[in-house]
Amino acid sequence: MSRARQLLVALFAAPVLALAAGDEVRLDRAPIDERDLTSLQRGARVYVNYCLGCHEASYMRYNRLEDLGLNAQQIRDNLIFTDAKVGDLMKNSMDSRDAKEWFGAVPPDLTVIARSRSSPAGSGADWLYTYLRSFYRDPARPTGWNNVVYRDVGMPHVLWQLQGEQALRTEVIEIPLGGDEEEVLKREEQKLVLAAPGSLTPVEYDRLVADLVNFLSYMAEPAKRTRIEIGIYVLLFLGLLFVLAYALKKEYWKDVH
Amino acid sequence: MAGTEKQPVTGAGPFNGVLTWVDQRFPLMQLWREHLAEYYAPKNFNFWYYFGSLAILVLVIQIATGIFLVMHYKPDAAQAFASVEYIMRDVTGGWLIRYMHSTGASAFFIVVYLHMFRGLLYGSYRQPRELIWLFGMIIYLCLMAEAFFGYLLPWGQMSYWGAQVIVNLFDAIPLIGPDLALWIRGDYVVSDATLNRFFSFHVIAIPLVLLGLVAAHIMALHEVGSNNPDGIEIKKLKDPETGRPVDGIPFHPYYTVKDIMGAVFFLIIFCVVMFFMPEFGGYFLEYNNFIPADPLKTPAHIAPVWYFTPYYSILRATTETFMWVLAAGVIGYSALIIQAVGARAVRLAVAAIAVLLLVGFFTIDPKVWGVVLMGAAVLIFALLPWLDRSPVKSIRYRGPLFKGALAVFVLVFIVLGYFGTQPVTTEGTLLSQIGTLIYFAFFLLMPWYTRMDKTRPEPSRVTWEGAH
Repeated sequence: MSRARQLLVALFAAPVLALAAGDEVRLDRAPIDERDLTSLQRGARVYVNYCLGCHEASYMRYNRLEDLGLNAQQIRDNLIFTDAKVGDLMKNSMDSRDAKEWFGAVPPDLTVIARSRSSPAGSGADWLYTYLRSFYRDPARPTGWNNVVYRDVGMPHVLWQLQGEQALRTEVIEIPLGGDEEEVLKREEQKLVLAAPGSLTPVEYDRLVADLVNFLSYMAEPAKRTRIEIGIYVLLFLGLLFVLAYALKKEYWKDVH
Repeated sequence: MAGTEKQPVTGAGPFNGVLTWVDQRFPLMQLWREHLAEYYAPKNFNFWYYFGSLAILVLVIQIATGIFLVMHYKPDAAQAFASVEYIMRDVTGGWLIRYMHSTGASAFFIVVYLHMFRGLLYGSYRQPRELIWLFGMIIYLCLMAEAFFGYLLPWGQMSYWGAQVIVNLFDAIPLIGPDLALWIRGDYVVSDATLNRFFSFHVIAIPLVLLGLVAAHIMALHEVGSNNPDGIEIKKLKDPETGRPVDGIPFHPYYTVKDIMGAVFFLIIFCVVMFFMPEFGGYFLEYNNFIPADPLKTPAHIAPVWYFTPYYSILRATTETFMWVLAAGVIGYSALIIQAVGARAVRLAVAAIAVLLLVGFFTIDPKVWGVVLMGAAVLIFALLPWLDRSPVKSIRYRGPLFKGALAVFVLVFIVLGYFGTQPVTTEGTLLSQIGTLIYFAFFLLMPWYTRMDKTRPEPSRVTWEGAH
């Protein structure tokens, strides 16, 4: 195995997030597929069960979830827990003044959160996927939770019963550099380790978060799929039009001497 | 009635009658001839000559999509952000209209920058086209105003804080600054009042002025005729029989069909961005702007949209230490002018201005000078017709001095633009300061280096290798 390859394996094989002290957190790539309707449906279910109570999606209507292959009755039966109509916006009844008192800040609307969290470091989905898997126990915080991606976040770990409790440990990582000598690169890294398991295995939990992030990503731009589909046809048309326009120009310009 | 003496319109088949009726009451055929069918344009236009017609195309896209956006958008601080998302979700085809408009805004600047660069390449601003260039400069200013006002409308964090930062620049003006900023905002902070007036400027005032200026730009162009990549006047050599320039061809049909081809090619690139990467990596739609405006939460890093960033870099480069460099620059430059001109009155005036500037540099806040430099960086383009003293217009016949200067200028413009998008760093500021000096040197030293440059003689006919 080449040295570069070994490094790559060392970096990516680690099941838990690793970060060098002081550095920006390296974001994990969110394994999402916006064409996977069952994943989106599962994500929507997690959203209405665990998120919507505090985080509205106030630019999104319930019936838009028909995009996910559901009909209005299914949406009413499975995803609406209030007296909201299926054409209503996905709001909650939390008073923002109360919210501010409880969490220190009003929980943000999540309709377009996946777009706003994009950065050169990764897509908004990557950020959310990493964030939701990076809570750890921190007795110094009022909620008892902290997050390595979002330091001192006001939000507690809502999904802790599913994931279990993580702890933040500092470890010295030794990365063998290969070659004949026993060269070793030593790096001090903070690692999240699962201190107490939850009701889901780590693999199951990552899958659940991926589904949720898939849904958030869809919700940030419901027209995305249509946009790409139409785009292909528009480009095919323009390609054809260009051939004609080029031929027309050539025909006229052969007179210019 | 004088109009009835006109010849009937021919060649329009079944429409001859209608067109004749109109033509006898309106200078229809005269306009058609003067601006299209008998407007003779040089036959040697190259790639750089597409961007004028493309700018008109983008203007039409912006106006057409803007009309539909206004049908659904709410210029209200409490509803603006939500109404944009409403357009993106609940309005049929709304997302497409909005992306056309947001992509169009950036496309407008790309096209206009390339159009201006064409002017620099071929000396299109030179006599007799100074006024075309000046109209163009005012169009550019309007475009910047239009973009600035429009950017507040989505009422995201970047909209809000970008407007806050720019309006606060006026705050720095001595004496009247704070009152002026208050007057612009209509409030002590950017607020609903600001949003409403920016909306009014964006959809009514500026577009009206813009359309008028575009008409003036084209009328001035058609009065003197188009320049071309050889920078020579095709009107100097006319066919003695027809009186038409021998190197000219009628705009219609030759350039209409050519520009249609260019437009389709442009639309292909436009659609690739619009359909597959409408955010364009955070440059066309900034990620932070998907967070609703929050007057209580200043973002850690405020950056204007990419097309303003070269000027933003110049603004940020003007630090207290940089004032010393500027002072040295003013002394050096005034010495250069005094040594070059003979008239005593001019020498005295230059010396007086230099002294005033030097006093000002160290008595007035550097922030003010940053604003002045930023404004000067935009406006200095308008002086090009008088700064350029080369005997030739086109880069094809210019020497290494101008070619080198232009290449460095383009590089500096891009580097300044890049640093304008980035958070402030020591190296970034230093490079921006060097960039700022080079930026102004390109213009201010132009009278000297264009005259010293070794040029080649211009040809008498345009370069043309026959039909392509």
